[in-house]
Amino acid sequence: MTLPPLARYLGRRVLLAAGVLWAAFTVSFVVLYLLPGDPVATMASGGLDGEPVSPAQLAELRARYGLDEPFAVQYLHRLGAALTGDFGTSIQNGQDVGAAVTQALPPTLEIAVLGLGFAVVFGGALALVATYTRMRWLRQFLLALPSLAVSLPVFWVGLMLVEIVAFGWRLLPSGGVAGAGSAILPAVTLGITTGALVAQVLAKSLTQALDQPYTTTARAKGADPVAVHLRHALPNAAVPALTVLGYVTGNLLAGTVVVETVFTRPGLGRLTVTAVGAQDIPLVQGIVVFAALVFVLVNLAVDLVYPLLDPRIATGVHA
Amino acid sequence: MTELLVREIATGPDAPPAPVPGRRRLGRFLLHRPGLVVAVLIVLTVLVAAFAPHLLAPGDPSAGVPAQKLRPPGPGHWFGTDYLGRDIWTRVVHGAALSLQATVIAVAVALVAGGLVGLLAGFVRGWVDEALMRIVDVLMAIPAILLSLALITALGYGTLNVAIAVGVASVANFARVMRSETLRIRQSVYVEAARAVGTRWYVTLRRHVLPNAAGPVAVLAVLEFGLAILAISSLSFLGFGAPPPAPEWGSLIAEGRNYLATSWWLCAMPGLTIAATVLSVNRISRALDGEWAAAR
Repeated sequence: MTLPPLARYLGRRVLLAAGVLWAAFTVSFVVLYLLPGDPVATMASGGLDGEPVSPAQLAELRARYGLDEPFAVQYLHRLGAALTGDFGTSIQNGQDVGAAVTQALPPTLEIAVLGLGFAVVFGGALALVATYTRMRWLRQFLLALPSLAVSLPVFWVGLMLVEIVAFGWRLLPSGGVAGAGSAILPAVTLGITTGALVAQVLAKSLTQALDQPYTTTARAKGADPVAVHLRHALPNAAVPALTVLGYVTGNLLAGTVVVETVFTRPGLGRLTVTAVGAQDIPLVQGIVVFAALVFVLVNLAVDLVYPLLDPRIATGVHA
Repeated sequence: MTELLVREIATGPDAPPAPVPGRRRLGRFLLHRPGLVVAVLIVLTVLVAAFAPHLLAPGDPSAGVPAQKLRPPGPGHWFGTDYLGRDIWTRVVHGAALSLQATVIAVAVALVAGGLVGLLAGFVRGWVDEALMRIVDVLMAIPAILLSLALITALGYGTLNVAIAVGVASVANFARVMRSETLRIRQSVYVEAARAVGTRWYVTLRRHVLPNAAGPVAVLAVLEFGLAILAISSLSFLGFGAPPPAPEWGSLIAEGRNYLATSWWLCAMPGLTIAATVLSVNRISRALDGEWAAAR
């Protein structure tokens, strides 16, 4: 009660974020360690190329990974270690999971940030033009694009871009990380779905905002239509779009699983695919928790921006 | 011209919406929506491909004519042929069964599990609701494909496991819709009346809550069907689904990838099939979601 409303609002958000992280850890633990199927047997068969493993070796492996203990003990051990940032070691090469993830991060971050930029710019522009234009056919055409875009398989869009832009026009490299522009096609592929969602939500909320009395007032006072659109309607319409952005950033990261495979780029997505292929349980768990961490951080950032856009959110005053 | 005429008839007589006979109403509804008609036709074709592939493609999907390898689309092979001379149209048609089967399993898993969670949360309320919905929130914080991949890590490869993994990843959506529907129906007067006359809770559940929640949940199921096709084809493309010779849609695209530089149709045609199917399913879901009721 003594805390100012903004601090209380932020404190609540941080607590919620920590709760989500803990829960993501728990869910991934349940999925990966408790599901039927013996992790040690799969690890051993994957690691030793299908050679038969003696029961003694299995027991030894089990002891090494602490898998011979009761699940509750294992869970507490792993949770305790995870709290200090230790997610165990990769089964494939014994590398520290945290290190493996941070090492794979830079190329992924490159296309994710570029893709997000592409999504915001193109999704935003599409929504603005579609709600501004008086031409019915243009509006309908633009508003139909997002639902078309989300119906296309992402990997297929990537392959078609490679086919047309890289092989057909020879404009950009078809894959890898070498050379300028190698990140453009992956980023565009990654950003299409996100951009479509941004466009859909922003177009809807812009339409609503343009119907509000304050925009009518601004127009009646003779404000320029562009100014009404950008200065009056857009800031109010941006709040829902920002919420969507918070939700889809995690998907942007997950999209790299497919995109990095299509464009044969190194990164977190490739790391995930190889980890799943080798049934590298600690690494998969590390990646899942990392994705949840990104989700939580981005949404925390979005929560921090909200009060700037709409002070009512922090003070708890209702409209 | 015809469009003008149709609109004339539809809006002409300014009579109150008299009860239009069902069949005529359906006809008028569809006449206004040529896109929807195309969507229904495409979905019907896919269903025929899944249940009776030989009607659409009499050939053998795994028999190739090496002399005719890598032919571009044209008469005789209207999707072209692949690197072994196999007809891609035949392979896409015969792959529909596998892709569709996986999709149906995925949606069924999500529908049943999510529906039960939502029903329980909405009907019991209290701490059960609180606990279940927090779990659902967490499931939404982990990107669907990562959750599916984690499940595949634990369960292993194969079409069935991929289907289950995709289904589990969309449990949260069904749980949320089912819960909100259950909460809405619980507030209604007829449930109150049922309770007042001493109806047992399970009768209320079966007679009132389930039938009234079915509509929105069915719309979501159709929508999720499209998403599940996309998710399953992605996972097959990554190589976690059906083993290579099977003509599953996602694996067809993965196979064609090596010939991208020279033979675009190997990837393009199966991809267009997926896209057309998903678009059609989404269009139908939009029609079910209020468009039909609004067009009264």
